[in-house]
Amino acid sequence: MQVYLPIAEMSVNALVIVGMGWVAGVLSGLFGVGGGFLLTPLLIFIGVPPAVAVGTQANQLIAASVSGVLGHWRRGAVDVKMALVMQLGSAFGIAFGIVLFGILQRLGQIDLVISLLYVGLLGFVGLSMLAESVLALIRGHPAQLTRRSARGWLQRLPFQMRFPRSKLYVSALLPLAIGMAGGVMVAVMGIGGGFLMVPAMLYILRMPVALVAGTSLFQIIASTAIVTLLQASLNHTVDVMLALLLLAGGVVGAQAGTRLGTRLRGETARALLALLVVLVALGLAWQLIQVPVEPYSLVTEVAR
Amino acid sequence: MSAGAGRHGRFARVLALLAAGLFGAAGTVLWSGVAGAQVLVADLSSHLIAITTGFTGTEVVLFGAVDGPGEVAVVVLGPKARVTVRRKEPVAGIWMNNRSVVFDQVPGFYALATSRPVDGLAPEPVLTRHGIGVDRLALNPLGGRTLAPAELAPFREALVRARLEAGLYAGSGGQVTFLGKRLFRTNILFPASVATGTYSVSVFLLRDGDVVSAQTTPLVVSKTGLSAEISEFAQRWPLWYGLAAVFGAFAIGWGAGTLLGRST
Repeated sequence: MQVYLPIAEMSVNALVIVGMGWVAGVLSGLFGVGGGFLLTPLLIFIGVPPAVAVGTQANQLIAASVSGVLGHWRRGAVDVKMALVMQLGSAFGIAFGIVLFGILQRLGQIDLVISLLYVGLLGFVGLSMLAESVLALIRGHPAQLTRRSARGWLQRLPFQMRFPRSKLYVSALLPLAIGMAGGVMVAVMGIGGGFLMVPAMLYILRMPVALVAGTSLFQIIASTAIVTLLQASLNHTVDVMLALLLLAGGVVGAQAGTRLGTRLRGETARALLALLVVLVALGLAWQLIQVPVEPYSLVTEVAR
Repeated sequence: MSAGAGRHGRFARVLALLAAGLFGAAGTVLWSGVAGAQVLVADLSSHLIAITTGFTGTEVVLFGAVDGPGEVAVVVLGPKARVTVRRKEPVAGIWMNNRSVVFDQVPGFYALATSRPVDGLAPEPVLTRHGIGVDRLALNPLGGRTLAPAELAPFREALVRARLEAGLYAGSGGQVTFLGKRLFRTNILFPASVATGTYSVSVFLLRDGDVVSAQTTPLVVSKTGLSAEISEFAQRWPLWYGLAAVFGAFAIGWGAGTLLGRST
């Protein structure tokens, strides 16, 4: 079934888009990551202009995250205070990211920077997660997350704040910085930034595993709402038709993912996510170093 | 709406148009006999391509008549825009965009139909002057950047290659068929990805290797129905569009999450 996208100005097969949304939704419900790290490249691959892919992605992530967070909310697995502090950092990150996106786009290096960010971040995060969860699976018992362990200078940072839900007493600068990194990613890469924030919340903040997915989803809702508003009003790059199709698959997928997540062992889930993340990173790295089939690329200035 | 009915409708329309063209041609021939006026008349089956939500591309019929022997070439040009072509080069083992050329006034669409193969149609300068053939399209880099032709050529080729692959430029060109000695017709195909805007359809009559008559007809491609309303709303009230997008997504996520969450 072909559907014309009014902002992307192209005709697409609706079922393909719905299917892509479903896959992203499952990832979102299962791991608390947005699935954007798969969806953005896929959308660009089928011919959606990168700017529209990034803008629409943010819009779609709102609904996917709202739908995904409800399950966590019902189980009380959201640390609202932590999410709010992260959101403050995220707002700064978004502002910086939007400016950065514009500069890189003019220089023609936005694709390269996105790819390098993906390879670097995904590679590092994925490999370290993979190593840890595989070790834990071999040992047959979950990795001992020694919370509140002495972490040197990270523990001595100023602005110590109490987070009762997570039973943590840490510097507010840590969640601020993590939120900021996430915000940059929402603006530059069109993704929720969950794949970076989830491990950061686990390993740097030492938050309880049960709270991480819900809290990061909760925070992503606010970030993506801000980005959607900015992209729609400044750049005209939010295609609601495309977002609707992605959502149709996404909300169903997110529910399936959340249910699956309650059955899956934490270590297994993390090993699977790590494996996926490493595969995407390897694929992108390969694209960077192999001789491109078509070394030329076109950017058409939109006459509006 | 079934495709069959649509096709029938189109066929009937084409027949009617051809009949009209025939009358027109007869009139033209008479007229030219009397006054020696128009040597070429042509028109389109439709001057408006409406992009609806279900748009998957369309076909427009061009028909016309000439007052005597000659060859006909039809050139369709889409709205023009500035295009940046970038080339990836290996830098420290990584392929990254390095050199770029900005082309100004690049047509977003190019289609060609001729009554005989382009190469024998007319001398090269004549073909170039009228942009007959995708290789003769006037693509000029933006002022200031002076590049040697040898350096410019690969960028130009890459631009045309990309557009050919997207189906927006037609390389070989379609066929203009003569019905009898005076009437001609051709079909112009527009893919689903055509840009909106005003297109120009130029018809050239060539005799003895030169253009003796030409006529240009506008063709408008615009969005209609739901997709038009959405894009117009997004353009006119971007902030409200953004807010609607945010709250719509919120409502959908909430509704789906609640419904699906409860039912299981």
